[in-house]
Amino acid sequence: MKTYLPPKFIVDRNPSRCIQCQVCVNQCSFDVHYYDADDDEVRSHEENCVGCHRCVIFCPTQALTIERNPLDYRENYNWRPEIIEDILRQAETGGVIITGMGDDKRQRIYWDHLVLNASQVTNPSIDPLREPMELRTYLGSKPERVEIEPDSLELKTYLAPQVELDVPVMFAAMSYGAVSLNVHESLARAATESGTLWNTGEGGLHPKLYKYGHNTIVQVASGRFGVHPQYLDVARVIEIKIGQGAKPGIGGHLPGEKVSAEVSLTRMIPQGTDALSPAPHHDIYSIEDLAQLIYALKEATNYQKPVAVKIAAVHNSAAIASGMVRAGADIIVLDGLRGSTGAAPKIIRDNVGIPIELALASVDERLRQEGIRNRASLIVSGGIRNSGDVVKAIALGADAIYIATAALIALGCTVCQQCHTGKCAWGICTQDPKLAKRVNPDIGSRRLTNLLRGWSLEIKDMLGGMGINALESLRGNRLHLRGVGLTDTELEILGVKMAGS
Amino acid sequence: MRGIIHLNNPYGDDKAIESCSIFGMMDTTGRRFGGRDVIRAIANMHDRSNGLGGGFAVYGIYPQYASYYAFHLMYLTVEARWDVEEYLKQNFNLIWAEEVPTQKTSGIVDPPLVWRYFLEVGNLRSEGQSEDDYVANRVMEIDTKLEGAFVFSSGKDMGVFKGVGYPEDIAHFFCLDSYEGYLWTAHGRFPTNTPGWWGGAHPFNILDWTVIHNGEISSYGINRRYLEQFGYQCTFETDSEVVAYAVDLLMRRHELPIEIVARIMAPPFWDQIERMSRAEQDLCRTLRQVYGSLLLNGPFTVIIAHQGEMIGLTDRIRLRPLTVGVKNSMLYLSSEESSIRLVCPDLDKAWIPMGGEPIVGRLKISEECPGVVMPQEVEVS
Ligand code: SF4
Ligand code: SF4
Repeated sequence: MKTYLPPKFIVDRNPSRCIQCQVCVNQCSFDVHYYDADDDEVRSHEENCVGCHRCVIFCPTQALTIERNPLDYRENYNWRPEIIEDILRQAETGGVIITGMGDDKRQRIYWDHLVLNASQVTNPSIDPLREPMELRTYLGSKPERVEIEPDSLELKTYLAPQVELDVPVMFAAMSYGAVSLNVHESLARAATESGTLWNTGEGGLHPKLYKYGHNTIVQVASGRFGVHPQYLDVARVIEIKIGQGAKPGIGGHLPGEKVSAEVSLTRMIPQGTDALSPAPHHDIYSIEDLAQLIYALKEATNYQKPVAVKIAAVHNSAAIASGMVRAGADIIVLDGLRGSTGAAPKIIRDNVGIPIELALASVDERLRQEGIRNRASLIVSGGIRNSGDVVKAIALGADAIYIATAALIALGCTVCQQCHTGKCAWGICTQDPKLAKRVNPDIGSRRLTNLLRGWSLEIKDMLGGMGINALESLRGNRLHLRGVGLTDTELEILGVKMAGS
Repeated sequence: MRGIIHLNNPYGDDKAIESCSIFGMMDTTGRRFGGRDVIRAIANMHDRSNGLGGGFAVYGIYPQYASYYAFHLMYLTVEARWDVEEYLKQNFNLIWAEEVPTQKTSGIVDPPLVWRYFLEVGNLRSEGQSEDDYVANRVMEIDTKLEGAFVFSSGKDMGVFKGVGYPEDIAHFFCLDSYEGYLWTAHGRFPTNTPGWWGGAHPFNILDWTVIHNGEISSYGINRRYLEQFGYQCTFETDSEVVAYAVDLLMRRHELPIEIVARIMAPPFWDQIERMSRAEQDLCRTLRQVYGSLLLNGPFTVIIAHQGEMIGLTDRIRLRPLTVGVKNSMLYLSSEESSIRLVCPDLDKAWIPMGGEPIVGRLKISEECPGVVMPQEVEVS
């Protein structure tokens, strides 16, 4: 069938710069560039280009530019180009449109409507270069009070397991299978070096990475891939994955082509078979079932590790989170509308779930109203872009933040949204050994460590500006936030005042 | 009592912002003395306040009624007094009531009516509830439900006197040189955003706890949200209110000693904790993990007092001043050393404590319990 889909990008090759070295031919995994030996010229199949910029960065003479195809349709706000092209795509394939990364639509990004405070006159700002500035965070359930032996001042209260973070930013779940082993290793090493945690995702943990277990969160998801005693034993935290922001309410599907020998070993499924994660856990149809799984995992690990439960942010998150805390979760993870994925139906990614800012504000408030906020830590994820977003999330009430897309960008990702194709030219979202080796864990872990270092310096600057020298004094301190351009209802849900008031 | 909240924070700011002078003086033998020196000392720091608030707390002041709760009330109207007196009669055994003696003072404009009551709880509280909890709840009820009245002192054998004016004028207005106590604290206030309301002056009081405070707590937002979980309603929107409730929660309800409370409000840094002994590390880490939301961040000095104890504390990087002086059994705490020297030129010892280090003065009960507990283990004769 002749496709009616026009090329999205124009590959502009400057002939006076191109030296026919064919670097682009080798770098592009989407078969755009090719060498015509007869004419001794490199040419392009532009219709294949996804705009990932791999060729641009690696072209030694800077001969390449990638431009959006300016092809205009007649103006129509309802029938926008993307909508027309999705219909064409389905008319040609008869299937569900699958995509990668997070929601790219224009729902309001609340971080951009929140601004932070700084000290002036009545209260000195603190210079983090001269004074201590503490970002340390402990994840885990806390009791309501501490009991002390009055005479000896000895501690009578012992806490449930706590996990220490030097920086309140962790790497979110990305499974081995979706991303390459080199990406896992880069994340694991960077987390270890930065004093934070990384998350295996639902595809198990390769034995090569057990040595980073102290900084590893292992996931137990509906497919139970790679879950065995040693997997639980090496971990620092166990996370039950109920849902994911990119695809609330549905399961996952890793195509058989991606299930290589190593992936099969790690996931404990035969090589080349599809890895299907059911939509719900078939042993969790209700909150009391969740409690059973939480305690089964705690029993299995001798109550030595906090158990986290991750859900997609949906309409009733506040009530659900309260139930999760009561069911024994030590950590609640909320993944918002903009949360990313290796592959999800586009219609679900862009239409299901709620913005993380609103979910966070209402969950934190509800847990406080019920007097159980101390019983669980609160982690949020889904589209956190920089240290400003991190600080705002903490002021709204988060204990820590998960990043995934930002971490992949640090490794080279340009958010081309082709993760589901397995052809990632940056070697991130692929199992093709030729591509996967493009991520070198030595360099990858350094890039990630640098990113976290940069963010923590910025967080310290912002804290000092507010006259605060310990992160716990910002956590849930919404008076340091103000809203701009928000309605009264939005301000009320966020629990912040309008700027100027 | 919307009017009162409105008066204290009329522009709806996050909270009232203020700065101040503070002074405290305690005879650890329990000997009672008059207000003369305290008044001179706080007056010496006149420039640290702006005439919009001054106040005093005196302990050991009502020996003849020592076993009764002494309520000091301010009334905007006579009707308010009738309502409150009716309420007090329903909820307490009213032992004695009188108007607090005052005198005309040039700096004091438009004062409210001020009365005091000596009350006994009797058997009116419910089963299992402590007397203190019962009284604290009644105070909250009067402040939030009864129009035009405000309880500004509610402890036993102690009293708070405060209002709008410079502290020395407040002292004159309340005839404070005619009272005696073994522990006095004093405060001069410099608010930036309020025309001044009598109830908004320091000391802030609940039961026999008083707090005077200099500073601006940048963690106010979370301190307040945390306390709200325990049923405290921060209606006055000031830092000192938050400090007072934090002290009430930690010391009275959670039964933690002051050394521990200091480590919650001004905890050691994580790298200091790492250098401690194992047991101390566990203690300090647990406190920060559980009570991180009560860390008071940003510049502050507080003097917290209750029956038999006076505590001075600064934030952990000491962004507000505190000087300690000792002369025989007398312990002085002050924003400025000059005020201590004014009333006691020949101190045995004067020093500036480290940030976050509590200075505790205690009534001397026996040889094993020295009056002043100092970090260097200095004995006070
Ligand atoms: S490498 Fe990326 S940007 Fe370059 S031609 Fe291929 S798909 Fe397009
Ligand atoms: S991971 Fe790869 S395929 Fe996915 S968006 Fe990033 S660059 Fe594109």
